[in-house]
Amino acid sequence: MSTTSADPAHAQPASTKSLASFGLPPIVLYAVGLALLVAGPFFVYPLFLAKILCFCLFACAFNLLGSVGLLSFGHAAFFGASAYVAGHALKVWGLPFELGAVIGTAAATFLGVVFGYVAIRRQGLYFAMITLALAQMIYFLALQLPFTHAEDGLTGVPRGRILGLFDLNNLYVLYYTAAVIFVAGYLLIYRITHSTFGQILKAIREKEPRAISLGYRVNDYKLLVFVLSAALAGLAGATKTMVVQLASLTDVHWSTSGDVILMTLLGGSGTMFGPVVGAVVVEMLEFYLADSGLPIQAVIGAIFVVCILLFRRGIVGELSHLLDSKSRGKAG
Amino acid sequence: MPSTTQRDASSEVTLRMQNLTKEFRGFTAVRNLSLEIHRGTIHALIGPNGAGKTTVFNLATKFLNPTSGRVFFKGVDITPMQPADVARLGMVRSFQISAVFANLTVLENVRVALQRFRPDGFYFWRSERALDELNDRARALLTEVGLESLAERKAIELSYGRRRALEIATTLALDPELMLLDEPMSGLGQEDIGRITELIRKSAASRTVLMVEHNLSVVADLSDRITVLARGEILADGPYSEVSRDPAVVEAYLGSDHE
Repeated sequence: MSTTSADPAHAQPASTKSLASFGLPPIVLYAVGLALLVAGPFFVYPLFLAKILCFCLFACAFNLLGSVGLLSFGHAAFFGASAYVAGHALKVWGLPFELGAVIGTAAATFLGVVFGYVAIRRQGLYFAMITLALAQMIYFLALQLPFTHAEDGLTGVPRGRILGLFDLNNLYVLYYTAAVIFVAGYLLIYRITHSTFGQILKAIREKEPRAISLGYRVNDYKLLVFVLSAALAGLAGATKTMVVQLASLTDVHWSTSGDVILMTLLGGSGTMFGPVVGAVVVEMLEFYLADSGLPIQAVIGAIFVVCILLFRRGIVGELSHLLDSKSRGKAG
Repeated sequence: MPSTTQRDASSEVTLRMQNLTKEFRGFTAVRNLSLEIHRGTIHALIGPNGAGKTTVFNLATKFLNPTSGRVFFKGVDITPMQPADVARLGMVRSFQISAVFANLTVLENVRVALQRFRPDGFYFWRSERALDELNDRARALLTEVGLESLAERKAIELSYGRRRALEIATTLALDPELMLLDEPMSGLGQEDIGRITELIRKSAASRTVLMVEHNLSVVADLSDRITVLARGEILADGPYSEVSRDPAVVEAYLGSDHE
């Protein structure tokens, strides 16, 4: 090896693995997070928290696309379609929440297959634009189809009982149901990104032509991760309908697709936990600014611009970078 | 074309390009090119910039579709195939700009290639720890190219020369019958050129190599046969010693670079 030319990496001290590269903040942070998750409803209105958790799951599902380097501008379609279908199943068919969630998620999965099939052949911005166009078609359908009740939306969706036993109208039951769904979804996303499949996704994100030249049919991998992301976004949408007892045009509106991008970038798109933080921040802002008389969208827009200009890694991304460079400093 | 198929199967031809033409909006990058790559040889493709060398690579590996003409690999007509499927048949290419998975570790880079032989590429529920089974094989490949001590580093931390070595290790992991190297020496210092040359020679012992290369001393040193391209057409084809004396070649390309 001494014959090789100077290698800059050689001179560096053994680098500590960055938190971002783990994808998972240290176990301590997770313990704190879990404690907050359990104790939360005793300090904040449980219904509000449950709704936030739905958006957390939605943002994490969206972020899953980042593992293969895709950007979707149409994720509201999956969230919203599932919200409507699940709402219809609960309200009109009178099904229990579990079944409604399964049917809603299945609808989102089906849409994911269709969107994915059409869009996956295109790259970058073209991919994003096709997802936006398709999502606008779903919006149009939601406006026109009778079962969605257009501007009125599906209101007064009954919550029913979870497992046939616990009344979901009890806000604590409601909250912990949403929490269990969120944790399950989060763990599934974690597993997907750290699976044998996820390893190939990373390779595709890093250097797609090389992955092809190694014999990977990259479009098949992109399609699968896109469908998984759509399904999880659907699960989030169905749960949201049950929580707020409403499915409306907002759920399929392009601005909801924009919100989820904003949440992910604000929290840190390269991280597992970033989208969760981003979703909490955005939802909190929207809630607490609602009565302030300030123009909410403008405030959030301004925060977004500042975040992109100054903290490109997002909140969690910047924090873990900071911790990382500190521990690097110690090692050096 | 059964006749071609039979001929290739029985003969020494690994890759056959037949009357390939590639046009880009009126510009003809490759014109009616026919070329045979013989099994077990190191074949170099040279020519001035813009001669169409990389286009030929892209056509052979199906990263581009020809406007007309056909490509046969091991006697199979691969013209209608997708590039990933061509790779699965045993033709693996490298790229002009180093193509490593920058944020994966050196070990993971090689493992990604080895993983292709496993059925769990789509198992999104199986922990990536299952891939640790591949570590021994991956480390053995890294040892072959002298990178074993850097296995845990991220590929982006490697010097340019070592990235080239990693690329070759990744390609060797697939044990391809035909290796296509697009300017393997570009951007390398003299010491690295020596190492990579030996590496290519070693890996070519059991396979066929087609390479695009500008460094003529490397070409002279390594290749059994060379093809000179100019403006998308073959100017000369044959053993290096013959071709390098061809007056047309000397005039069109070798010219002053060649002593």
